[in-house]
Amino acid sequence: MNVPSTTPAAPTAPRRGRLALVWRRFRRGRAAVAGLVVFAALVLFTLLGGLLTPYTHTAVDFTALTQGPSMEHPFGTTAGGNDVYAQAVHGLQRSLVIAVTVSLLTTAIGAVVGSGAAYLGGGRAWGRRGERAVLGVVHFLMVVPAFLILSLASQWGSGDYRVLIVALTALSWMTGARLVWTVATTLREREYVLAARFMGVPGPAIVLRHLIPNIGSLLIVSFTLTVVAVVQAETALSFIGFGVQVPDVSLGTMLADGSASMTTAPWLLTVPATLLLLTTVSLALVGDGLRDALDPTSQAGGRA
Amino acid sequence: MNPVPDPVLSVRGLHVTFGSEAGPVRAVRGVDFDLYPGRTLGIVGESGSGKSVTSLAVMGLLPDTAAVSGSIRLGGAELVGLGDRELSAVRGRDIGMVFQDPLSSLTPIYTVGDQLVEAMRIHRDISRAAARTRAVELLELVGIPDPGRRVRSFPHEFSGGMRQRMMIAMAIANDPKVIIADEPTTALDVTVQAQVLDVLRLARDETGAAVVLVTHDLGVVAGTADDVLVMYAGRPVETAPVQELFDAPRMPYTIGLLAAVPRVDAVTRRPLVPVPGSPPSPVDLPPGCPFAGRCPVAVDDCRTAEPPLLPLPGSDAHATACLRTGEIVDGRIGGAPVFTVPDVPDTGPGGPGGRSEREPVLSVEHLRRTFPLMTGSLIRRRVGTVHAVADVDLDIRRGETLGLVGESGCGKTTTLLELMNLRAPEGGRIRIAGTDVARVRGRAELTALRREIQIVFQDPMGALDPRMTVADILAEPLRAAGRSGRARIAARVDELMAMVGLDPAHAERFPAAFSGGQRQRIGIARALATEPSLLVLDEPVSALDVSVQAGVLNLLAQLKRDLGLSYLFVAHDLSVVRHVADRVAVMYLGRIVESGSVAEVFGNPQHPYTRALLSAVPVPDPRVERTRERIVLTGDLPSPTGEQHGCAFLTRCPLARTLSATELERCRSEIPQLVVKDGAADSDADHRSACHQAHGS
Repeated sequence: MNVPSTTPAAPTAPRRGRLALVWRRFRRGRAAVAGLVVFAALVLFTLLGGLLTPYTHTAVDFTALTQGPSMEHPFGTTAGGNDVYAQAVHGLQRSLVIAVTVSLLTTAIGAVVGSGAAYLGGGRAWGRRGERAVLGVVHFLMVVPAFLILSLASQWGSGDYRVLIVALTALSWMTGARLVWTVATTLREREYVLAARFMGVPGPAIVLRHLIPNIGSLLIVSFTLTVVAVVQAETALSFIGFGVQVPDVSLGTMLADGSASMTTAPWLLTVPATLLLLTTVSLALVGDGLRDALDPTSQAGGRA
Repeated sequence: MNPVPDPVLSVRGLHVTFGSEAGPVRAVRGVDFDLYPGRTLGIVGESGSGKSVTSLAVMGLLPDTAAVSGSIRLGGAELVGLGDRELSAVRGRDIGMVFQDPLSSLTPIYTVGDQLVEAMRIHRDISRAAARTRAVELLELVGIPDPGRRVRSFPHEFSGGMRQRMMIAMAIANDPKVIIADEPTTALDVTVQAQVLDVLRLARDETGAAVVLVTHDLGVVAGTADDVLVMYAGRPVETAPVQELFDAPRMPYTIGLLAAVPRVDAVTRRPLVPVPGSPPSPVDLPPGCPFAGRCPVAVDDCRTAEPPLLPLPGSDAHATACLRTGEIVDGRIGGAPVFTVPDVPDTGPGGPGGRSEREPVLSVEHLRRTFPLMTGSLIRRRVGTVHAVADVDLDIRRGETLGLVGESGCGKTTTLLELMNLRAPEGGRIRIAGTDVARVRGRAELTALRREIQIVFQDPMGALDPRMTVADILAEPLRAAGRSGRARIAARVDELMAMVGLDPAHAERFPAAFSGGQRQRIGIARALATEPSLLVLDEPVSALDVSVQAGVLNLLAQLKRDLGLSYLFVAHDLSVVRHVADRVAVMYLGRIVESGSVAEVFGNPQHPYTRALLSAVPVPDPRVERTRERIVLTGDLPSPTGEQHGCAFLTRCPLARTLSATELERCRSEIPQLVVKDGAADSDADHRSACHQAHGS
């Protein structure tokens, strides 16, 4: 061939380059980095904090009922003689497991349903009808009184946190799906999607290979912010007596316990409240930072 | 020559730098020019050369993140360093501006008259009524029909060409000293481009202003500019009066640029000369001449220090920034051409035997596609029909390139999508490689047919998934066609990369690591993966710079000969079509109005639309461009809604004015069919046109 061969201009590995770029932008946001540090510390606390105390969250110390912080019980004890430190480790872990699992599930479902519907809508007449049907279901579920159903479902599940995960997922995937659908409807008009269709690539493969990876940054941000929302929803449910139930412990149940004796034993409320605040604020900061870092057009990220 | 008047605009040592993640982007690095009243300076360059940034800097429209230094003096007053408020007083009064996209430059909620009046009253003490009268005069000047009524129209009621005229009217409303037109015709079709350039010339003559015309199109420069400034990597590399620049370019980059452009008036097909490589990144420029990396005659000295822009001995108007300029005469250096012409085979209709003996690869008969026009949000009802494709016949034989040309909105893209969908058309018949598309049943047959026809898209950026490696992109059609085996697919990927002139070792990279031309090569490789017999090329080079475009066109010619491919080449650029196609079909409002061999249709056009289209294409040669006769069409493409009863072109037809009442009646009532010219020689047998008046039948 005498066609002049040409070499790419930038011989850098683009994937590593992109990740490095995102990381550099992320680091620039001071609040986001602080959020990440705090959140990492909280995760470490739930994983390793149990090793620092001989007590478990169910163990009862009859010699110390409703005692303030001491060397033996750094965060004090409850009216039933439980160690608040051990409960905090377990409760935060429980809350985080629920939140992360629910977020993972809702993001995955939202991505598949949203981009699948968008793909269908870009095709033939029956596809457009399919898209409308999916959107109909999504819009219907969005106006269902979710909190009520959740309360009933967790009552029925008698406080098993796995039932709570299923119920929370079932009632919160629609927002993500709706968001993904909006973005994917513009992606489906891209020429590479058209090219794949003209090459005879099957629809599901196009959705998984071309649509979902290209909304990756949206999904990451949406995942982080959903974790915040779910932590709040779970705590709220548990606080009013639904959700996680005794003997299991979550931040919500701890808050409920503590709220009764706020003036006489303030440590019972302060500990879970502080943990909840740290968790949601740090994650919200991380989510904001990620959005700025991943979106080249955002105010903070686009700046040089 | 008269004593030289003072320049109205004088730019000295202009530098513009933007910040970016990768480091400072030095978009403009030292631009000097003087602008004299009544003269037009054309600034040409490829994307990223800094030409638009230069014009934005003069207008003071750069964002705050840009660091501007140097001097811009407008009639003696310094503009660099002025605040937005002071600049606003100058913009619109002393500097008139015309941008590429006229729709986003006009406010949609005010009438064009109000906007013109406002533009005048901001800068001048003029009564509303007087401004209104002046607005009507301006609209008339720029050729808007019935200006007294149209002054009350809203921008969306104007077509693209009329909006651009309106922008010019606004630019000259206050008798500016300088008019800056940044790619004013890039978004327009050729027939409209010709009208707008005429208006721009008229506006310059009326106001006596100096014009800066920023463009990438050498043909537009050849026809409109008096002086030319060629920019490369943020610096002017050559400047000269237009005739001299085209006759005797002295900088290798200019020579390469001129040799890379196909010409619509070229009778014999010469291979295009691609400039190898791509422009350097403006972030870390190498020391020395920025063009040295692509220059075939670069010497060691070129890589050490950047040559300044120096006037040539004996001519102070012609200056170049090149060390070897003294040795270059007539595009040759020491007797040898600066750029060696590549050995590209002349790809006439390939294969043995006459045209009729070769098997048809694609045949389309009376293709029709309509879209319903709906209204109402709650209760949808049909209020009309858009006849996107009314009646299209195409016929492509093996080894042949058919160029499908037409202005935007004529139905080219709809035709392509109908072909690529591989479904029974709404009306008519499509046969691909002998198979009737309507008769295809089942997945296996469909997959087999898909392998025969593949498409290359216009935008090399959007056509490749940014999250997949090139290897995955090229493997995708192979997997979809049912090929398996990791090793076999990898081998084919390497083969495809080599075929399109890319290094197979780069297959693991992502599209972002490649330049525009290279990405388009990847798109071509992907389309070739399944060994199709027909490649549909949808404007494959219109998003590329000319120096890169030449390389891609040569590659297509090479592949066609080596692989025996057939192409359906869709383009709005007739010069490119003349260069690559064997046969042409001209489309207007959903119908083919003329078809035949390239030599016949370009050399002896029959349909008045084809003639007008050909005469509107700018030729990159000032002598030809300024002397040839032009058929300027009035108006724009009409809307394709509603049933047609007569010739669709009648509303813009230049012949119509000369016709008798009975002839006109026929044009109005009878849809002309594609027929062979009466008394044509045998060689013309497939030169057809759809005009009642062209062949007196």
